[in-house]
Amino acid sequence: MAFVKTIKDIPKEEYLAPGHRLCAGCGAAIAIRLALKALRGPTVIVNATGCIEVATTIYPYTSWRVPWIHVAFENAAAVASGVTEAFRIMEKKYGVKRPDVIAIGGDGGTFDIGLQALSGALERGHKMLYICYDNEAYMNTGIQRSGATPRGAATTTSPAGRVIPGKLERKKDLVEIAAAHGIPYAATASIAYPIDYINKVRKALEVDGPTFIHVLTPCVPGWRIDPSQTINIARLAVDTLVFPVYEVDNGKYRINVMVKRPKPLEEYIKPQGRFKHLLLPENKWLLDKLKEDVRAKWERLLKLVNL
Amino acid sequence: MAEAKVLGLSGNEAVAYAVKQADVDVIAAYPITPQTIIVERLSEYVNNGELQAAFIPVESEHSALSTCVGAALTGARVFTATASQGLALMHEILHIASSLRTPIVMAVVNRALSAPINIHCDHSDIMNARDAGWVILFAENAQEAYDLTIQAFKVAESHDVLLPVTVNLDGFIISHSLEVVKVLSDEDVKRFLPRRDPVYPIDFERPTTYGPLALQDYFFEVKRQQADAIGRAKEVVRKVGEEYGKVSGRPYPLVKEYGMEDAEVAVVALGSSVGTLRAVARRLRKEGKKVGVLGLTLFRPLPRDELMKYLEGVKVLIVMDRAVSYGSTGGPLYLEVAGLLFRSDLRPLTLNVVYGLGGRDLRPSDVEAIFNEGFKCLERGRVEKELLWVGVRE
Repeated sequence: MAFVKTIKDIPKEEYLAPGHRLCAGCGAAIAIRLALKALRGPTVIVNATGCIEVATTIYPYTSWRVPWIHVAFENAAAVASGVTEAFRIMEKKYGVKRPDVIAIGGDGGTFDIGLQALSGALERGHKMLYICYDNEAYMNTGIQRSGATPRGAATTTSPAGRVIPGKLERKKDLVEIAAAHGIPYAATASIAYPIDYINKVRKALEVDGPTFIHVLTPCVPGWRIDPSQTINIARLAVDTLVFPVYEVDNGKYRINVMVKRPKPLEEYIKPQGRFKHLLLPENKWLLDKLKEDVRAKWERLLKLVNL
Repeated sequence: MAEAKVLGLSGNEAVAYAVKQADVDVIAAYPITPQTIIVERLSEYVNNGELQAAFIPVESEHSALSTCVGAALTGARVFTATASQGLALMHEILHIASSLRTPIVMAVVNRALSAPINIHCDHSDIMNARDAGWVILFAENAQEAYDLTIQAFKVAESHDVLLPVTVNLDGFIISHSLEVVKVLSDEDVKRFLPRRDPVYPIDFERPTTYGPLALQDYFFEVKRQQADAIGRAKEVVRKVGEEYGKVSGRPYPLVKEYGMEDAEVAVVALGSSVGTLRAVARRLRKEGKKVGVLGLTLFRPLPRDELMKYLEGVKVLIVMDRAVSYGSTGGPLYLEVAGLLFRSDLRPLTLNVVYGLGGRDLRPSDVEAIFNEGFKCLERGRVEKELLWVGVRE
């Protein structure tokens, strides 16, 4: 394939076999399945410890129809560096065919414990793509807060208590951190906009250098949503400006899903149990802070696009 | 055998030279004293076109070893080096590297673990990692560091082993001392160590899942196979040491002995101290004292029979530890040897010496005092103090 224009152009090949143990309605499973639709030839996947890793490779079974490596939680970017450079030198020395290399990590493995390894890999400039599937908490261990958890969300380590109503801190802006390395391509993507997402993965694979894609993946148990609503909520995240879909292509900012008339944040909040407490009058201050985060990010983005 | 060259090399340079001749494909490393010179030399070789390898200057030792694991799974020949805190930071991945059966070779330039921070030699770094499933070799000097590095690749990549191997050299004492090192010709190394023949390299026709989740139903079997593999490594290390002797004229037995044919008081040690012990023992034997020295080249897997065969007739056995096993009943090497003795008919008096922490010298006069203590025990027929701290201000 080259780039897809309509849903009908998406290749039929499945590289993530059914039968894995991810939850019904898992946003991360959709994100990985879609990403694999963009492969352009031999590809090695390096997967950090996390939901995708544990639920797709319960020995003696595997869902992976491409070579796949898991080493540990915090080092997917480092392992992928080794795979990339080993193939690069073996191509030169022995004529071995060089594959694409994609590292995959959740938000815990990327925003937090794996940030150093990611930064090192981006700085060193290996030709590899890193995809962060962001379900906004440590879902694999049972919904603990991460640096990606948005302000106000309740998790098992930032519960909506009587004194402290959920996570008080802002979500880390990872794409900005990645882009600040001066890498050729960084982007956000949404599973509700699969054509944009698949094309971004493909575009990233075509780049000769490190690339980074951040995809938001609603989590049924963690966000306390109905499993039939995963895609709707992913779309609401875009439509309420919570998760702008944009790219930084050689330093040039571009919004890929322009939202002309944003929906009120409450539409995104209401169907999610993790935000339920934000609708109480006594927690309005926290909801207002979250709204301010969303507004500030969008306005900054518009400025960057118009630079 | 081509004409051997003689070079003046420090231990670190000797390792780097061996790695260059091994024609490694990937080096991922992070600087740490006293190891840094190894990776500096290697990056020079790469940047000057003398070695065709990917040199990956990673941002931490944790990433160094992670990068090596990824590279090794592709089928490449892989090397890294570290010391002390760096080895400690790698600890998580040490276990994964051995369990994923990645034949990485790593030089560990032994240095004390913090705190207090200290850059000098002891074995606390590698002893902290002794149960991580790596084959552990100890060099006595720069020559051995060179020779063992070449052998390490052959052991690691052997289909009977497929485990990572560390070559240990004492920080500064070996790493920074300039010695005369006999090096093989590049052709001899190439013949001894052909390109790696990987067993399950990444294959796009038959995609493999490396590092899956294994639970109660399979994990135990994986670990059992791993234990068997390191058991098999002993025979491979022995054979490789013998074969290397044919190429170089320097055979490598698993255990080095001196004076053990009639020794009454014997010492067992690791690393550079073996040379100091031997030098003093030589003098004492000239005075008619029946002393002997055993140096373990292979520490993991422990060469049980090869060590035990020398202990028949030994009346006092002194085990030298350059590390402490806090809260235990002896140093790491002492516990190993005591365990072997318990399971044999041999009952020599045993002494455990802890020495040289943080680079404190083991002086010939210390060694003499250690042997003298052994003879005192022999005269008394008993040990008064099992654990001796030598060279420390009390």
